Amino acid sequence: MEYCAPGTLADVCAALGAASGTVKVFAGGTDLLPRFVAGVNPPGLLIDIKHVPEAREIRRLADGGFVIGSACSGAQISAHAELVRSWPGLAEAMDLIGSVQIQSRATLGGNLCNASPAADSVPALIASRARCRIAGSDGERELPVEDIIVSPGRTCLRQHEFVVSFFLPARNPRSADAYLRMTPRTEMDIAIASAAVNLTLDQQGVVNECYVVLGAVGPVPVYALPAARILLGTRLDEEVRQRFRRQISALCRPISDKRGSAEYRTDVAAVLADRAALTAYNRASS
Amino acid sequence: MNEEPTDYADVAEIAAGNKPCAAVVGTRPVRPDGVDKVTGRARFGADMQLPGSLVGMVFRSPHAHARLLKVDVSAALALPGVKAIVTAADLPEIPEDQAMDKGQPPDFRDMSANILAREKVLYEGHAIAAVAAINERTARQALSLIDVDYAVLPHVIDLHQAMEPDAPLLNDHNFTKGIKPPPKKPSNIASRYEQVHGDVVAGFAQADVIIEEEFSTQPVHQGYIEPHACLVNVRPSGRTDIWCSTQGQFMVQAYCARLLQMPLADIRVFPLEIGGGFGGKTTVYLEPLAILLSKKSGKPVRMEMSRADVFKATGPTSGSYMRIKIGAQNDGTVVAVEGVLCYQAGAYPGSPVRLGCMTAFAPYNIPNIKLIGYDVLVNRPKSAAYRAPGAPMASFAAESLMDMLAQRLDIDPLELRLRNAADNGTQTAYGVTFKNIGYRQTLEAARAHPHYNAPLAPDQGRGVASGFWFNIGGQSSAAINIHPDGSVLVTTGTPDIGGSRASMAMMAADVLGVGYEQVQVCIADTGSIAHSDLTGGSRVTFAVGMAVSQAASAVVEELRRRAALLWKVEVDQVSWAGGAARLMASDKSSSLSLTQIAASSAQTGGPIAVEISVNAQGAGPGFATHICDVQLDKETGRVTVVRYTAIQDVGKAIHPSYVEGQMQGGAVQGIGWALNEAYLYDENGRLLNPGFLDYRVPVASDVPMIDTVLVEVPNPRHPFGVKGVGEVPIVPPLGAVANAVSRAAGTRLCDLPMSPTAIHKALKRAARRRR
Amino acid sequence: MTTNIHASVNGEPCQFQCETTDTLLKVLRENLRMTGTKQGCGTGDCGACSVIMNGELVCACLVLAVECGQADIRTVEGLASAGQLHPLQQAFLDNAALQCGICTPGLLMAAKALLDKHPQPNETQVRYWIAGNLCRCTGYDKIVRAIMGCVS
Repeated sequence: MEYCAPGTLADVCAALGAASGTVKVFAGGTDLLPRFVAGVNPPGLLIDIKHVPEAREIRRLADGGFVIGSACSGAQISAHAELVRSWPGLAEAMDLIGSVQIQSRATLGGNLCNASPAADSVPALIASRARCRIAGSDGERELPVEDIIVSPGRTCLRQHEFVVSFFLPARNPRSADAYLRMTPRTEMDIAIASAAVNLTLDQQGVVNECYVVLGAVGPVPVYALPAARILLGTRLDEEVRQRFRRQISALCRPISDKRGSAEYRTDVAAVLADRAALTAYNRASS
Repeated sequence: MNEEPTDYADVAEIAAGNKPCAAVVGTRPVRPDGVDKVTGRARFGADMQLPGSLVGMVFRSPHAHARLLKVDVSAALALPGVKAIVTAADLPEIPEDQAMDKGQPPDFRDMSANILAREKVLYEGHAIAAVAAINERTARQALSLIDVDYAVLPHVIDLHQAMEPDAPLLNDHNFTKGIKPPPKKPSNIASRYEQVHGDVVAGFAQADVIIEEEFSTQPVHQGYIEPHACLVNVRPSGRTDIWCSTQGQFMVQAYCARLLQMPLADIRVFPLEIGGGFGGKTTVYLEPLAILLSKKSGKPVRMEMSRADVFKATGPTSGSYMRIKIGAQNDGTVVAVEGVLCYQAGAYPGSPVRLGCMTAFAPYNIPNIKLIGYDVLVNRPKSAAYRAPGAPMASFAAESLMDMLAQRLDIDPLELRLRNAADNGTQTAYGVTFKNIGYRQTLEAARAHPHYNAPLAPDQGRGVASGFWFNIGGQSSAAINIHPDGSVLVTTGTPDIGGSRASMAMMAADVLGVGYEQVQVCIADTGSIAHSDLTGGSRVTFAVGMAVSQAASAVVEELRRRAALLWKVEVDQVSWAGGAARLMASDKSSSLSLTQIAASSAQTGGPIAVEISVNAQGAGPGFATHICDVQLDKETGRVTVVRYTAIQDVGKAIHPSYVEGQMQGGAVQGIGWALNEAYLYDENGRLLNPGFLDYRVPVASDVPMIDTVLVEVPNPRHPFGVKGVGEVPIVPPLGAVANAVSRAAGTRLCDLPMSPTAIHKALKRAARRRR
Repeated sequence: MTTNIHASVNGEPCQFQCETTDTLLKVLRENLRMTGTKQGCGTGDCGACSVIMNGELVCACLVLAVECGQADIRTVEGLASAGQLHPLQQAFLDNAALQCGICTPGLLMAAKALLDKHPQPNETQVRYWIAGNLCRCTGYDKIVRAIMGCVS
């Protein structure tokens, strides 16, 4: 295995373009490393993007939007007070990944590109309407996060592309997000089901914008548009929440596996989405 | 664990009045090995290196059950850097009639086949060959070149399916033992055990209430953080040195000698620090392979298991299915118990089902008990001992039934237990009569504890449960050397897993009357001390402590003799107190400290040293009562343990901190067993969760502080009153957690683990029933 | 592919050769013979190999040695200074916060990283911070007490 750690975006693209064999883009490595250190064939080339400034920065834009480098670690994100204030749900989703040790290493980009149906940060990213800046030897493009994962373990990234950074749109006042997941343990676990809710209220406390995304209840994160619509124009009254829960469960297409049954996932996704919606609502109103 | 429980016939002969004063015992000094362990200097199983060591690795079966048609290692052996490969053909065959010593387990024929499969592989991860190469990469590459042809056979993972008449058979020659007449058809039931006490038919006839329920538990792994590891150097003479992490260096020596037909004296085992065992390091896996590889290659061989190997190929404890009926009178008096316990043995016979039958209802004085145990083969790794082997699952069933009875009769669960509690003089169902037990005291302490009387919040439940464990004594050796400078070295042959060096030093210090700091402790290799049984059965502080105390007493006698020589008086003129010899009938100045006597030892006959070997009897049984509060999220089924108190009769706590540590650690292991730990298999019999991510041992944020209450009812058979404390703490938690969850949920949960998924399902079922 | 790496280990300049696939854990234990850092799982799930790298707590089994050029690495061997135990080490001893001791080096490094960043954590924060460090012996009670005892 060859290893390189380019210092510029251009050098990463050049390395990607020049690579002939298997190549892996490497940031935190928390998912990648155990795979080849445990004896399975390592890639021919490992490109460490942690030295690329664009992949490491968290930058607040003039309009209140954010750019987050794909190689930013969970610890880096949690430490960014402005980001956490604007996007508490995204921050808590990222923070739920693994231990403190994992947080030092695991990155937002890695969590997305690992393309696990249970990835914690991905539902929150999608709910936040985040877009990815993608660079490669053929140039750059931009895609919404929900377009990236195509199936478990697979992304739409081309052979010689990588995610440089995420763009989070500016926040309206009275907006907030929240993320909840279900795990048997309090920490060090993988979501059996999860839910991210991002909403905006009008002056009267009525939801006028709402995004709901579910994790681990389908092969890719479930963008729960019909459920989000139920919350629009409401104050999350009891009857609304009942309908919302039913709609969430109806949107789930989970499998039964070692971490939970399909039935459990379906039931719990509704509970989590409901609780996340309430949390986001309370955050937005305060 | 298999020692026949001892009667306490000769309590009277305890050397009353000759008891040492407890100046150090009962205090909390820093353990002798502590500094090494907090500075990273302590050497554990994987920390030893010898120049020129090869890396040994194991080739394991990907199939749960298959016949081995061909094992071709020639391509692997031809790889440059590969120095040796061994297969079952390299292991001596052990004839069936020589498999066991005096009919007692372990079965070395099975052990040999478990170490390297012959003819058949019986579980995923079963070792087939082992390779030694110049480095890890080469060894791995060699593994990939080993060519094995399998005829895959139908497998059976599930306990119930394994007991079906048409189940796939692990062993065509297995005819259930313990059935008369012996069955003519082979099956997966290795043996049947029956325990009958009184007359259950008559007993149930007196019952006002009868409750019958089925329970199940899943296999759980001991979960020690240190994987198995060893370093072996076979010298050209055949003399073999082994450095390894084990619960018993003499066990490793004996098992390797037996499996490889080597003289015991040719094998010297150096115990390294052990990174957790809990029963799981009471057998051998790698050491015989490393010996064979070292012998073949002529070089030292180092082997280390991966975490996945640990899960796939070392012993969990048994999963179980139990159906038990309990009968009681309206006042709560339990009059009869009857039931069947089925335990998974894994790939070879030997589950602890017999111990389950013996321990389940041992805390209670029940006149009529009939329990039948079945030891069942399944295509899983051979089960190994795990802390109070066999007791926690049986206790889970028993304590759940006690709780159900309490609810049915509307009696406080502690009160119900008090009404049925075993006392001194109670004859147990398995035969012995209890003496000097402190069970009732644990119940009374529980009832008086603020925890038991604290209010519960909504969706919280409180569970109590009790537990019993025999505790054992056994063969133990200790040597004490008094150095010329007066410093004291205690040497024993039992690995220190949880602070036993401290308790040995403390007991020696008190018998000698010297300060704790004056005493050092060495855990010796098999060439440097006489035989000691392994660290297990909660025996070390009791049995090895007895050897240490006796050795220290003998040293005191020797010191008095030396002092008499120095004073030129008869020895009976010399007494010993406060770490010094005193000339009786003399003025106060006539005393010689241990240090002074030691300094002149060359003039009085040479080094002052004593070695004592005992086969300690009279281990006092352990009883515990635990209280557990849980918070239940009824929408998700998620349980949080919010408060936990462990109460135990510990005899006498030599070092209270390490006694508390045993109780706290056992409780949290039990909480893991109850809530989330389980082995998950796919349809091909392959383990789905061979790692700490999906095999969920509790993490720090999962549990609260574990409050402890140490009840001290001394054991008169030990100089300081010690009873074993290490195992009983894992017995009550399963029942305590289950009772708490069931009370919070308003429905009885009878299957472990009570994962969120399982609880959610139970809540839904209960809701449907109510509708 | 073999690479030459210059780093700092426990404040001392340190040079080692490694394969690109070698982990920091392997290099510490085998190349540098610093066996205080333990391997429990190799997948970042147990924390026994916790070390502090450039001020961040990491699992040495999840760091490639080739990434460590110019890195500042702190292991359990560097915790005590000039024969003086670190207060955390002393607290672990005084509280009997270790039984078998295999998780102790990792827990000490985790606790040090915690107190370096958050000098006054409460019990819940301590428990969540050390959730990546499995201990099978103690039930965590005495470990949490030892760390809380070092809160300034």
